[in-house]
Amino acid sequence: MTLRLRDLIKQVRQCKTAAEERDVIAKESAALRQAFKEQDGTYRHRNVAKLMYMHMLGYPTHFGQMETLKLIASAGFPEKRVGYLGLMILLDERQEVLMLVTNSLKNDLNSRNQYTVGLALCALGNICSSEMARDLGPEVERLLASQNPYLRKKAALCASRVLRKVPDMLESFAERAPTLLEDRSHSVLLAGVTLLLDICAQAPQVVEAYRPHVPLLCRVLRSLIMGGFAPDYDVGGINDPFLQVAILRLLRVLGRGNAEASDAMSDVLAQVATNTDSARNAGNAILYECVQTIMAVESIGGLRVLAVNILGRFLGNKDNNIRYVALNTLARVVSVDAAAVQRHRGTIVDCVKDADISIRRRALELVYALVNEGNIRTLTRDCDAEFKPDLSNKICMLVQRYAPDKRWYIDSLLQVLVQAGAYVKDDACRALILLVVNAAQLHAYAARASYRALTANLAAAQPSLLMVATWCLGEYGELLAGSAGGKLLEGEEPVAAGAADVVGLLEAVLQRPSASAAVHEYALTALAKLEPKFGGQAQRIKGLIAAFAQSTQLEVQTRSVEYSRLFAHPAIGPQVLEHIPPLEESAYDASLEPGEGAAAAGGAAASSANAAADLAALLGLDAGLGGGAPAAGPLTVTFQLSKAGGDPAATDILASFSNSGDAPLEAFTLQAAVPKQMTLKLDPASAGALPPHSAGAVSQRLHVHNSLHGQKALVMRLRISYQLGGAPVLEQGEVSNFPAGW
Amino acid sequence: MTIKFVLLVNKQGQTRLAKYTDSSLTTDERRALEAEIVRKCLTRVDKQCNFVEHRSWKVVYRRYASLFFLVGIDDEENELGILEMIHCVVETLDKWFSNVCELDIMFSLETTHHIIDEMIANGCIVETNKANALTPVQLLERVS
Repeated sequence: MTLRLRDLIKQVRQCKTAAEERDVIAKESAALRQAFKEQDGTYRHRNVAKLMYMHMLGYPTHFGQMETLKLIASAGFPEKRVGYLGLMILLDERQEVLMLVTNSLKNDLNSRNQYTVGLALCALGNICSSEMARDLGPEVERLLASQNPYLRKKAALCASRVLRKVPDMLESFAERAPTLLEDRSHSVLLAGVTLLLDICAQAPQVVEAYRPHVPLLCRVLRSLIMGGFAPDYDVGGINDPFLQVAILRLLRVLGRGNAEASDAMSDVLAQVATNTDSARNAGNAILYECVQTIMAVESIGGLRVLAVNILGRFLGNKDNNIRYVALNTLARVVSVDAAAVQRHRGTIVDCVKDADISIRRRALELVYALVNEGNIRTLTRDCDAEFKPDLSNKICMLVQRYAPDKRWYIDSLLQVLVQAGAYVKDDACRALILLVVNAAQLHAYAARASYRALTANLAAAQPSLLMVATWCLGEYGELLAGSAGGKLLEGEEPVAAGAADVVGLLEAVLQRPSASAAVHEYALTALAKLEPKFGGQAQRIKGLIAAFAQSTQLEVQTRSVEYSRLFAHPAIGPQVLEHIPPLEESAYDASLEPGEGAAAAGGAAASSANAAADLAALLGLDAGLGGGAPAAGPLTVTFQLSKAGGDPAATDILASFSNSGDAPLEAFTLQAAVPKQMTLKLDPASAGALPPHSAGAVSQRLHVHNSLHGQKALVMRLRISYQLGGAPVLEQGEVSNFPAGW
Repeated sequence: MTIKFVLLVNKQGQTRLAKYTDSSLTTDERRALEAEIVRKCLTRVDKQCNFVEHRSWKVVYRRYASLFFLVGIDDEENELGILEMIHCVVETLDKWFSNVCELDIMFSLETTHHIIDEMIANGCIVETNKANALTPVQLLERVS
């Protein structure tokens, strides 16, 4: 005999430890299994309710799935209700049992009881799979035209799920959906607007057909703001804010990029912006949506000024919620109207120091978007523990991209290394070293700056700072000590350091108790490099290096022994230990490229030109858009893009490969890389060899997820290797001409 | 623009109601997600804003005495609107249970689900009028 639900909850609540709770649940699960086995119908309702409770606590409940189906098939409404609830909570579209429920759903959708139909619609909208959508789509469509507003609203929301699953049913739904806009019930209107939004998001070609409804939507919106008090949907004196928000959003979709539609809605947008009470949260929700719409559509200047003023007011608000949405909106607006956002820079920078992490994060994103050559110098502030990894990376990236001069670059990066060395990536350190090597006139400065940074922060220095600074000292330490130090740069403090001081500093680095093997390696190399230059300190240096001949770290030991041997050959030692020559920057580019900058950076132009020559990347929807570029080699790659599921950030790419040459391409592999805001998954190619004169014989699927969808366009690098007549061929290039919006 | 999940959690961080419209998570993942989100939200002070970003979601939360309402949304949704919606749901629950408390929700889980289903369906707001949302629930009560 199983417990009553109430008793089960009480027992669980009395448990003092997690183990006790597990015991109670295990016992009850066993009793439930037994009851299910006995086909006991009287308590089925109660048992499924208990399963839902257990599921909420995180225990497995799969053994009860069949029971929910039996409940759905039963005649009574209360049983059905629990059954559907169980269906929505315990099952999801992946489970195969779901197939069995299609028939019950069909019966219930045709039921004469509106609440039964409502339940079925709600459940279908929650769990429907594509097979079910195909089977039950017509019923949903019929219910959209039902006499009963309760069913119309539920059918509208269910329809959006059905369409997401089966896009080819879109046409008939798309025709029917606008009739919902003439509905008198607020909730049907709301559901209708939601459905239209969903259809527009899925099928951008429908937007054009929906534009004629703009005046109607404006009328509804106007009646909401101008109409008198309507108690049914009133929230603090504002008439149905939820509907207003939804309509504003739909207007945004319809008005985007169309001057005529934008013009038609400008009056009502101005009315909303001026007449909405901003003292309440509901009013602010509407203003927030309204501002986004004004900025997204082709508004006239005056309206934009109004919107920007509202944002300014939001930003100055004391309520953190309002400030959060203001920052959020500004981040969206920044691509449209950067000047308007720049005006609030001071306030935004203040927000980066806010006590609230959500606000800090938004503000930081925004600051990142705002930085340009003109204002980078103002971007100096102390970091904050939580943001150090992110912030230090972004600062490094910004410094690399926009540094006004090299000296400033060195200063800024050393400063970041001092303050947040633990979070700076190796790339940034390498880039700094590279820059120093290639800037001959700054060698002495780099040595002085490193010496200063290291002496001031020796106790707290992170490995990255130690490595960069010891490297600079080892390479250019003699410029610091000798008379060759050159003039001090403007505004620089003099450094009083002799050879002994430099060696002493390196010794201190070596003797830091926490120094890692990598730091030891850098310091040993630095000392070795200084040995021929610091004649007076040679003995001391040799002693320091020899001390590590017994190190347990193999690499450190090797260096120590090898350098000691090198000193024994005075003829070649100094030559080996000379300054390293300027490095080829391009040789480093692959590892230094910050990724995100690839599309914008001037240097990338060359590689994309190569890409076009090497590799004709035909891009297009339905193979309709975009023309082909003549390919130099026999290989042509064609990308066909599609959006996976309902997620606009996810793109499925079907790459098909054509070989126009006379010889087969063997051992064919495609590798792709994306910037770090994207993730990429490659499925295996359909074959490893391309037969001669074949078009699209081999294909490969790529799944890309762009976490900054809408802000950053898709871009990827391809590297294709194959064997042509036994000779290996490698082609690579960058694809940055994806159509906008992907 | 969808609501991905609705969670009701008490001050100790125990889940009292969970509703997901995003079926991409398994039971274990949901449990882990709940723990992470709850930890993030419960440690915040009153003055801070009601939005927390977590993985690819935004969580809009609101505290009512010992009970936290957490709603996970995607990037497109209007955060202030959802905040208002939470209040609307709470008012409806309040009307039904007359001064709703944690125990009401615990022991009448099914009814609470029913009420929320009437107001939020398939991740979208469907009804914001209290009386309309409660009519089916009342009828059901009378039948059983």
